[in-house]
Amino acid sequence: MNLNFFKNLFQRRDAEDAKLRGALDANSEILTEDNEGKEGKPGGWNLRMRKIQIVPKSFPHWLRSLCFLLFQFGSVFSSKKTTSRASAIFASLRLALCLLFVSATAQAKLNVVVTTPDLAAVAKEVGGNKVTITTLARPTEDPHFVDAKPSFIVKLSRADALIQGGAELEIGWLPPLMTGARNSKLAPGMPGDIRCNQGIRMLEVPSVLDRSQGDIHAAGNPHFLTDPANAEIVARTIAEAFARLDSADAEFFQANQKRFTEELNAKLAGWEKQLAPFKGQPLVAYHDSWPYFAARFGLKSEIFLEPKPGIPPSPAHLADVIAAMKEQKAHVIIVDPYLSRRTAETVARGTGATVVDVAQFPGGVKGTEGGYIQLMDYLVNSIAKAFASNGGSK
Amino acid sequence: MKKFLVLVCFGMAMPMSYSQETNQVEQLRLQLQQMQENFDRVQREQKAQIELLQKKLDELTQTPAAIPTPAAAISNNNLPAATPVQTSAWSPANPIRVGNSKGYVDVSMVATFAAGGSTANDIEGGTQLGGHDPIQRGFTVQGAELNLQGAVDPYFRGNANIAFQLDSGSESFVELEEAWLETVSLPWNLQIRAGQLLTDFGRINTQHPHTWAFVDEPLVNGRLLGPDGLRNPGARISWLAPTPFYSELFFTIQNSQGETAHSFRNDNDGDLFLGRPVEQGRVTSVGDLLFTPRYAASFDLTDNQTLLAGASAAFGPNGSGAHTDTQIYGLDAYWKWKPANAHAGFPFVSWQTEAMLRRYRAGAFAGDASASPALNPIPGETLTDWGFYSQVSWGFRPRWVAALRGDYVGRTEQADYERINGDDPDRLSRWRISPNLTWYPSEFSKIRLQYNYDDREQIGVDHSVWLQFEFLLGAHAAHTF
Repeated sequence: MNLNFFKNLFQRRDAEDAKLRGALDANSEILTEDNEGKEGKPGGWNLRMRKIQIVPKSFPHWLRSLCFLLFQFGSVFSSKKTTSRASAIFASLRLALCLLFVSATAQAKLNVVVTTPDLAAVAKEVGGNKVTITTLARPTEDPHFVDAKPSFIVKLSRADALIQGGAELEIGWLPPLMTGARNSKLAPGMPGDIRCNQGIRMLEVPSVLDRSQGDIHAAGNPHFLTDPANAEIVARTIAEAFARLDSADAEFFQANQKRFTEELNAKLAGWEKQLAPFKGQPLVAYHDSWPYFAARFGLKSEIFLEPKPGIPPSPAHLADVIAAMKEQKAHVIIVDPYLSRRTAETVARGTGATVVDVAQFPGGVKGTEGGYIQLMDYLVNSIAKAFASNGGSK
Repeated sequence: MKKFLVLVCFGMAMPMSYSQETNQVEQLRLQLQQMQENFDRVQREQKAQIELLQKKLDELTQTPAAIPTPAAAISNNNLPAATPVQTSAWSPANPIRVGNSKGYVDVSMVATFAAGGSTANDIEGGTQLGGHDPIQRGFTVQGAELNLQGAVDPYFRGNANIAFQLDSGSESFVELEEAWLETVSLPWNLQIRAGQLLTDFGRINTQHPHTWAFVDEPLVNGRLLGPDGLRNPGARISWLAPTPFYSELFFTIQNSQGETAHSFRNDNDGDLFLGRPVEQGRVTSVGDLLFTPRYAASFDLTDNQTLLAGASAAFGPNGSGAHTDTQIYGLDAYWKWKPANAHAGFPFVSWQTEAMLRRYRAGAFAGDASASPALNPIPGETLTDWGFYSQVSWGFRPRWVAALRGDYVGRTEQADYERINGDDPDRLSRWRISPNLTWYPSEFSKIRLQYNYDDREQIGVDHSVWLQFEFLLGAHAAHTF
């Protein structure tokens, strides 16, 4: 019933308001119109000629809903006809329907919140235009230290699903948000609780939890999406979860996932070929977030500028790093946007290595905003280039 | 696959044997239904088998949640072996390891200590108003707080905070700071918390001392809400409003008596409170409870700046007479800037301010000539006290934070009882400036050096220096905004 109501609302009486629609420009559209209305006043941000409501297309969903409600409230309380009891009842009924409409539009698309931009990129590939994706962490942000902003609580409280890494990357900020959001759809074990580490072979799972070894993650290294093969698994996990939440579009999600996987497979062969000449070469990283990438392409990720995960480098440690790099003939240092490039440059000066800006998240480095495949393209290209130049930066 | 085919054929063959009897449509319908049933069954069986196999595989490889050859499917290169993994599945019979997230309960212990000195001779309750503040020259155990939390069942979350402390005579005492359960999935964005809980009033009152940016409690909290803050047994309901921005309403109902309801029915250990003897009493009617509404809203001003502001009030009876009551009103704001490429949360700038006003409607006191010294009779009156603090923290480089706080508390006017008995030091104005510097070796430890410049009306200036050190063991402490 909701759906019919929704459709009726947007059905236009062509002949009558053709003239009015002529006045519409490309940036606005008719939100709703009143069949009973005869006269109206133009004014402010919405034009109420002939009781037709026009809003700018740029209005977000909540503002549209508000405009719509205000318009309907207006017709209930200002209409001269609502003197009889019957019409008053009718008006109240219509108001109730309006409220239903607001919730109906809210449910029109699957509303998905994603913790990190890499997972969001894969979710977009799978979900296409059938889901609305909201990402919490920004691409340049340190995913371990995202502020638990109250606005995230609002986003989570209205979400149909939450996609998270599931390997404790978000443990420092997600739990209080979940408590605040009180959204039973996202409770553990519900279809809306989507954990992407499902089926991933986790690396560096500690046998003993000991913080004297730095800030280690009990579930293993959580930066698993730097391996394109894992992106395939994540896409499958997400497609299956979306299908459970929205069975009507299950085939759509499956087709998207298949297309993404095929694209990924085709690309992966090229990426492997590109990095094949540098197999076994050391790749120096600031933080230990690249073991999956290194494993995929046969690189050695053993030297880190941090002495232990989360512990900033000391001068003595950097001296050791420089010595180790010289010994192992390491020429490439990769740095995430939120880590200290200056430290990496200092080490590069001492060793003649090249510093490469990398990001785990699409958009973290310029030119990677296009999505996961574009990011991997960038990573492989820039790292291969740095290896090929053999540490020529001075 | 073979099994599947056999079953499908079987399913197709079955209805054919009596097809002559029924009409064709009915036959087809049955056929389809049976096929569907068979297919579903096969699927279920296969799923169960896969799950069983996976479980076995998990046990063999001893890696959590490993599905066979996911990587091999996409590429001929097999991943090199992971670094040696020796974790075994946790069972409820195993002891709970601190920090092991596989346990039923997350356990953590935060211990905070201070060392230093002051020119003041009345440090405990004089210059330092907070119950977890440094209380003496030399060393103070500010508290060792044990926190237990976890999911109780699918309906509730549980949390308990038990603080162990030493007084100035090294006598140990224990405080049950909090112990509550909270609903997980009430409808209409509601949430209920019940048990022993910190009252949702302002900002610092609901935070545990180890999350504070300073060594000590703000003066206004110490004077109006009490040394240990406002907390009591009770319940809180909160509602997340359906506004486009964060907006939440809280309503807390608690007992109004005891030392953790300082401005309400607190007997003040038998001492006079605002010039009068006060009684603790018990709850005899709904009117004896403490009611605390609060509204909080937050806005992301830009991508890098967030503002959280709130307004609170607390209403309850006080212990100075039969029909007396206390009202406390508070405003609070917190603003934070952090750039998009911050490393480990640095750099950042945050600003936090709270202001409070208390109207204490005090009963008349007939006086007591037999006491020594004799207590003068004083009339009933309304006493208005207020205060605020404002603090700025600047995380100027990873692991380093510099902060500055200004404090003020005072009265709006001299009270009748003060004209009779002389000014009450608990109402006289005072202000304090506190710069500090904190170094966080990691998220789990900190060392803080703070200086307090104290200026108290009729007492004068005092200087204090405190060095605070703290460690956290166990579950990762996730911070609310």
